[in-house]
Amino acid sequence: MIKIKDLQAGIEGKDILRGINLEINSGEVHAIMGPNGSGKSTLSSIIAGREDYEISSGSIDFEGEDLMDLSPEDRAHKGIFLSFQYPVEIPGVTVSNFIKTAINESRKGRGEEPMGAREMLAMMREKTALLEMDKSYLSRSLNEGFSGGEKKRNEIFQMAMLQPKLAILDETDSGLDIDALRIVANGVNKLRSKNNAVLVITHYQRLLDYIEPDFVHVLYNGKIVKSGDKSLALELEAKGYDWIKAENV
Amino acid sequence: MGDEILGEITASEYKYGFTTEIESDTVPPGLNEDVIRLISSKKNEPDWMLEWRLDAFRTWSKMKEPDWPNVHYNKPDFQAISYYSAPKQKKTLDSLEEVDPELLKTFEKLGISLDEQKRLSGVAIDVVVDSVSVATTFKETLAEKGIIFCSMSDAIQEHPELVRKHLGTVVPKQDNFYAALNSAVFTDGSFCYIPKGVHCPMELSTYFRINEAGTGQFERTLLVADSGSFVSYLEGCTAPQRDENQLHAAVVELVAMEDAEIKYSTVQNWYPGDAEGKGGVFNFVTKRGICERKAKISWTQVETGSAVTWKYPSCILKGDHSIGEFYSVAVTNKYQQADTGTKMIHLGKNTKSTIISKGISAGRSHNSYRGLVRVGARAENARNFSQCDSLLMGDQCGAHTFPYIEAQHPTAQIEHEATTSKIGEDQLFYCNQRGIGTEEAIALIVNGYCKEVLNQLPMEFAVEAQKLLEVSLEGSVG
Repeated sequence: MIKIKDLQAGIEGKDILRGINLEINSGEVHAIMGPNGSGKSTLSSIIAGREDYEISSGSIDFEGEDLMDLSPEDRAHKGIFLSFQYPVEIPGVTVSNFIKTAINESRKGRGEEPMGAREMLAMMREKTALLEMDKSYLSRSLNEGFSGGEKKRNEIFQMAMLQPKLAILDETDSGLDIDALRIVANGVNKLRSKNNAVLVITHYQRLLDYIEPDFVHVLYNGKIVKSGDKSLALELEAKGYDWIKAENV
Repeated sequence: MGDEILGEITASEYKYGFTTEIESDTVPPGLNEDVIRLISSKKNEPDWMLEWRLDAFRTWSKMKEPDWPNVHYNKPDFQAISYYSAPKQKKTLDSLEEVDPELLKTFEKLGISLDEQKRLSGVAIDVVVDSVSVATTFKETLAEKGIIFCSMSDAIQEHPELVRKHLGTVVPKQDNFYAALNSAVFTDGSFCYIPKGVHCPMELSTYFRINEAGTGQFERTLLVADSGSFVSYLEGCTAPQRDENQLHAAVVELVAMEDAEIKYSTVQNWYPGDAEGKGGVFNFVTKRGICERKAKISWTQVETGSAVTWKYPSCILKGDHSIGEFYSVAVTNKYQQADTGTKMIHLGKNTKSTIISKGISAGRSHNSYRGLVRVGARAENARNFSQCDSLLMGDQCGAHTFPYIEAQHPTAQIEHEATTSKIGEDQLFYCNQRGIGTEEAIALIVNGYCKEVLNQLPMEFAVEAQKLLEVSLEGSVG
């Protein structure tokens, strides 16, 4: 589904990614773990198309198409979704109005008809129930006054509504208590299928107890220094990042 | 990224920039007592009206144009303006078919075809084109309830006692430079009277339009709501593109008698000038209402147009328990300048006022909120709540707030909240990531920001206002 080759990028002259190679196929769940400052969030931002970074080399291919020249919204229309580590607030715009706009703009971008009001409403009901959200969520201003947990849940709600091909979860577990973590993970698991893929970016192994990855990669100093199956995450948890750091001096 | 998109938008043409070719009956430029006599005689006015105008002119001649607003422009040459322009008509019109077809085309371009309006929306419209009312609809339906809704010229002819009683009682002739000028030379406008206890069954609506190059437009509106009555009044306008500045100095007076309620909504979209800030309308307006006991006046305005705006819709809360409200969205882009706000003058006991002001600045524009809350010596338990928010787009615009508070009674409760924010790259990227392009994202964010004010507008007007905001701000990024 997505092939990242030798991706090197930085910001304001500072190198952050120093040659990332990663391939994710349909139906797979990958986890990227790594210490603070290793480049995890930069990688997810670049895949989503954030323009603040200078990309010095490499390519990102999504379903046979080069992503580099596409705007963030075009990438979204093609099925890339990023669950933000810090979702922004948009006062006065309700959750339902926002998601309705997002769905219909994406449909427009793909040359499809807008979703009917009845279908939209039914889907909103279904997805709020999936994430054990109260219906009153829908009429609240987007992320305004939301707790950390509510914000993350709202991200996964949007993911459920947009049904992306590739979902990137950037530190979705941060700020979640154990119940919220279970609900969010459960939501993600229910959305998994052989046609989509998930990239989980996390600092801790905890989330991976709930969303079981097929592959785990360790990002350190802008490079993937180790890849393995889910046992790698457990090993990391046991030994700590110092183990990786020591190997990569 | 911001500059590119900003460039795209500033390049977009003013959507309503077209003119209609109609033969006009125009008075040569210049202002003196003879011109005023001519205007008055062309309108076949009674002597008292002429005397009133002349008195205003004499006062105006001694006044100076105010320079305290936070706006900069080349002051108009008042002797270069033509003070009267009327579309030539053969006779009084009985139906729309008799209206000049060119005029009807203009209405169609604006999407306000009278036929459509008549058939579909149930909104009565007094259309003002170049100072003379061309058609008045629904007059009969309103007449059944005793409601008078007509042009100011007709009101002077047909209801002189009402006009004479109320004209200038809220905005006196000598009130300020532009009000005095308006009093001397106003050519038309709307008059409305709602009798005691009558709830006006439809939104009353007036569309204004400047149509003659170089003619100033001096509208005069007087709205009287008798005891226990209710009226919702809509005013909206778009002006054709012009290279030279056009002066618009209107006066609106509202009288809300005991227990009456007036809701006055404006969507203003005068030509703002081109991308270099050339041309555009000067909008120097005096709007004020007076509330008797238990009366309520609510001003709602969405201001997106004009090169320079100078406008403070105000309430004099004279009666005990009276209420004043001001809800405003003011958008400035390119080189536009706006100095707008309100005055809430609390004179009666237990009077209440609310001010919600949302300023949006983009491009190289400057947007100022200027508001006064005054609590008089006898206004026991007066309460005010003000909220003034500013939203900035880009880094070359300015937002300013000038709140004035004068409290002369120890029981006064005055609250003032203010925020300044910027549409951030983070907000835009978030929307982009969800598939919402930058243009749509800005529209979404701005509409969210203005929601409290837009919610005050009648439904169909709110939709129009929302579209207008989108057009005015397409692509202005922070």
